[in-house]
Amino acid sequence: MTGTAGTKDVVAARIGSGHRGASSGEAALSVRGLTVSYAEKPAVFSVDAAFAAGAMTAIIGPNGAGKSTLLKACLGIVPRLSGEVELFGQPLEKARHRIAYVPQRASVDWDFPATVLDLVKMGLFRSVGLFGRLRGEPEARARACLERVGMAGFADRQIGQLSGGQQQRVFLARALAQGADLYLLDEPFAGVDAATERAIVDVLRTLKSEGKTVIAVHHDLATVTEYFDRVFMINVSPVAEGPVAEAFTAETLMAAYGGRLAATHVDELALAGTRV
Amino acid sequence: MTPLLDALFLQAGHNAALVAIGAGLLGYASGATGTFLFLRKRALLSDAAAHATLPGVALAFIVMVALGGDGRNLAGLLLGSAITAAIGLVTVQWIVAHTRLTEDAAIGAVLGVFFGVGVVLLTVIQTMSSGRQAGLEDFLLGSTAGMLRQDALVIAAGGALALALTWALRRPMTLVSFDADFATAAGYRVSRIDLMMMLAALVVTVIGLKVVGLVLIVALLIIPPVAARFWTESVGRMIWIAGAIGGISGYAGAAVSASAPNLPTGPIIVLMAAGVFVASLLFAPVRGVAAAFIRQRRFKARVHHRQGLLAIARQEPIRETFTLRLLQRENLIRADGVPTEAGRAAAAKVSRDERRWDIARRIHQDAGLTGRYDGLTPIEDVFTADEIQEFDRRIGPPVAVEG
Amino acid sequence: MGAEFVQFSLTPILIGILASVACALPGNFLILRRQALIGDAISHVVLPGIVVAFLLSGVVAAMPMLLGAAASAIVAVVLIELVKRVGQVEPGAAMGVVFTTLFAAGVLLLEQSDTSSVHLDVEHALMGNLESLIWLRAGGWGSLFDPVALATLPPELGRMALACAVMIALTLVFWRWLKIATFDEGFAEALGIPAAPLGFGLVIASALAAVAAFEAVGSIIVIAMFICPPAAARLMTSNLERQVLWSVVFATLSAVAGYVMAGYGPLWLGGSDSVSAAGMIAAVSGVILGLACLFGPHRQRVGAARSGGVG
Repeated sequence: MTGTAGTKDVVAARIGSGHRGASSGEAALSVRGLTVSYAEKPAVFSVDAAFAAGAMTAIIGPNGAGKSTLLKACLGIVPRLSGEVELFGQPLEKARHRIAYVPQRASVDWDFPATVLDLVKMGLFRSVGLFGRLRGEPEARARACLERVGMAGFADRQIGQLSGGQQQRVFLARALAQGADLYLLDEPFAGVDAATERAIVDVLRTLKSEGKTVIAVHHDLATVTEYFDRVFMINVSPVAEGPVAEAFTAETLMAAYGGRLAATHVDELALAGTRV
Repeated sequence: MTPLLDALFLQAGHNAALVAIGAGLLGYASGATGTFLFLRKRALLSDAAAHATLPGVALAFIVMVALGGDGRNLAGLLLGSAITAAIGLVTVQWIVAHTRLTEDAAIGAVLGVFFGVGVVLLTVIQTMSSGRQAGLEDFLLGSTAGMLRQDALVIAAGGALALALTWALRRPMTLVSFDADFATAAGYRVSRIDLMMMLAALVVTVIGLKVVGLVLIVALLIIPPVAARFWTESVGRMIWIAGAIGGISGYAGAAVSASAPNLPTGPIIVLMAAGVFVASLLFAPVRGVAAAFIRQRRFKARVHHRQGLLAIARQEPIRETFTLRLLQRENLIRADGVPTEAGRAAAAKVSRDERRWDIARRIHQDAGLTGRYDGLTPIEDVFTADEIQEFDRRIGPPVAVEG
Repeated sequence: MGAEFVQFSLTPILIGILASVACALPGNFLILRRQALIGDAISHVVLPGIVVAFLLSGVVAAMPMLLGAAASAIVAVVLIELVKRVGQVEPGAAMGVVFTTLFAAGVLLLEQSDTSSVHLDVEHALMGNLESLIWLRAGGWGSLFDPVALATLPPELGRMALACAVMIALTLVFWRWLKIATFDEGFAEALGIPAAPLGFGLVIASALAAVAAFEAVGSIIVIAMFICPPAAARLMTSNLERQVLWSVVFATLSAVAGYVMAGYGPLWLGGSDSVSAAGMIAAVSGVILGLACLFGPHRQRVGAARSGGVG
């Protein structure tokens, strides 16, 4: 892994003084020796990583590189073969209330009998518990989250009737309702329309300006430099990590994607190395 | 000879021999036929078909009596059962195709409702003057007591039909079970092949009613293929292995059942097949539980071994107890966690290989070689000695790891 | 609708309703989780449980049998899970292997044990004896307020009422968890909700409802009620709360109409004997489902199905 000394300064410079205090340069999410394996073939192998607080980080890598698995393992959704995960310096179970999660859109059955508002309210289930009130103030909060993703008018719509982009926005609204400090998103831009992509990026940038941390599994290399300020490149094992300007280069891309990335394609990308 | 050996070698009387042969044929046909239902992930469709035979049996009885015949004619009863079972299967298909309900719900609904109707009809028959001794309850659990030669012939003919159908369509069925979309693109009519699959299962279900009954015929369609899956990766072989498991269970089960009183044929056959399943689950060489468990343990140890050595190389503390115990057992660290001489040497090697891989990935930017990096394959297995020397030249001289 | 109704029909109908509702409630979630056939599996494995309970206790009594049935249901659920995970067998096939094997073991035990002197047979297990759960001491509606007559109510009524109440309570208490874990298990786990134990608990609770209902009404009703009313309800609405209410309505309707048609239908048709009430209740639930399939306002699926995610 690249040394963390330099990156700390970058983070501190970007998020300003607001976040310095006690957690100066503190990692929002740190992972040590993480290995996940379904059979004898590891999906994620020996990952050490520290995701900087207050930054927007893209997790990129080829298909089957373990990007989603890495997120799920950090959340305890898939079991770890080895390794430790810490959130804001605390073990996962103590800091769960500080993370929000946006799963892949295709991971659920959208024919489930629920409305858009029902779905967003699911983000409140942890804070209100089994019996806490869901009407009144919590409902207003859920509606406000829908408003933020531009879906206020769809609150009573059956979720199956939404377009792919709208489904993704509703998933994001549900994560917003969790009111977390760290947002983990799994392919938030996969298969969405251009308007939705802009809307989601706006929301994520707002989150960042509020001092929140955003980590997203991302598949579109062409937009990495535009949307994110840091990258974490993985191909089962970590390949590169750091500010986009340093870690998102033709060399690291070739190391992560190998022959799967046509050389011409690399030239077309708005690579940090070529811009500087 | 003992009664069991007598029965196994067909020396226990004409009826026992008939039953054993019939059950063996039935088991073979059901095992082979069930293979594709299992591969298509529709094993429980046979459950719906089996329960949906009951109203057919009852209706056939009522119709035959109403026409003035003997209600117990086996061919007539089986024909009736085949008709309602087919209606049941078509209903399942229709529900899945035309409503939002999933296949499991459709199967369950058809199973429960058809069976309920069958029970209603059975109570109707009990009130008929000729119905008191109808013996239709035998179809629930099977009864081989009064099996006739012609019954065995019916089973043999039906079994042969189902087998022939399965064999003739094994290639398209394989394709459809593996990837229905691809099969469609390749020009196969998936719905028609599915239909043929179900037809074969239907034939087996119907002929099995007499021997093992409608609840347990499901077992013969499901258990042998599931057991066979543990032994092979080839569909072609799986059909015959499943057939063999079913056939042996049927034959041996019938023989055991004939060797002593109070051993009903159907359950014994099913328990035989279940025994084969359990043995396969536990001890099959590659897919078996024991083999998988040992592999997983070894794999986990390798991962933790490497993880621990890397931590030593980086002079980080090792926190996971599994890693600590493992390294202590291998004498790589002492009881107090301090690395031994051997541990430091191993750590230096692991750390060096890591750096070699870093270089390797930079030099060889093709997925063919670097794609093999999983941190566990020794670098010597992937690159030649002079290539590794080249990596070392770029890294620089070795660095010792401090205790 | 006088004394005779109270004596001969009131308690069977009530027991039928309670059993149907107790099974239909968890059925709503089982259907959404594609585990609809768990009810079928459980009702098969109840047989070995009852036989073992009889062999161990030596008596045909409600309590040991309920315990035996519950124990075997739990054993079956654990075995299915084990075969699925350890053997990596597809869920439907795993279920098929386990329940048929246990059922075969039950039949074998039954034949081996000397149960000829007692009333313990497969047919009874399948069809139940709803018709026999009558309230002989009742003299009319007034008996509902007569403590002496009330004491002679069939014990199945009390047990079934308790089981139904427990199922309602569990559904209400765990409503939010069930909803979220059924829709999006990964998200539920990310929230810290114990989704896996919850799913296991749902199956166990279903098993207990099935066992309680099975004792009173036989396994046919159990299988049908786990699936038909919730499935029909699913075609009536796209709102989970309303779906569950519809399923309760359909379950009740099936029980009442099925019992009445079994008891009086043949008489209306000129026959003289009644037919199996359990079978008729299952048949009526099937008719309701059939109508819902043809005319239900929400019979078509609207959302995209789940796809296998990789990454």
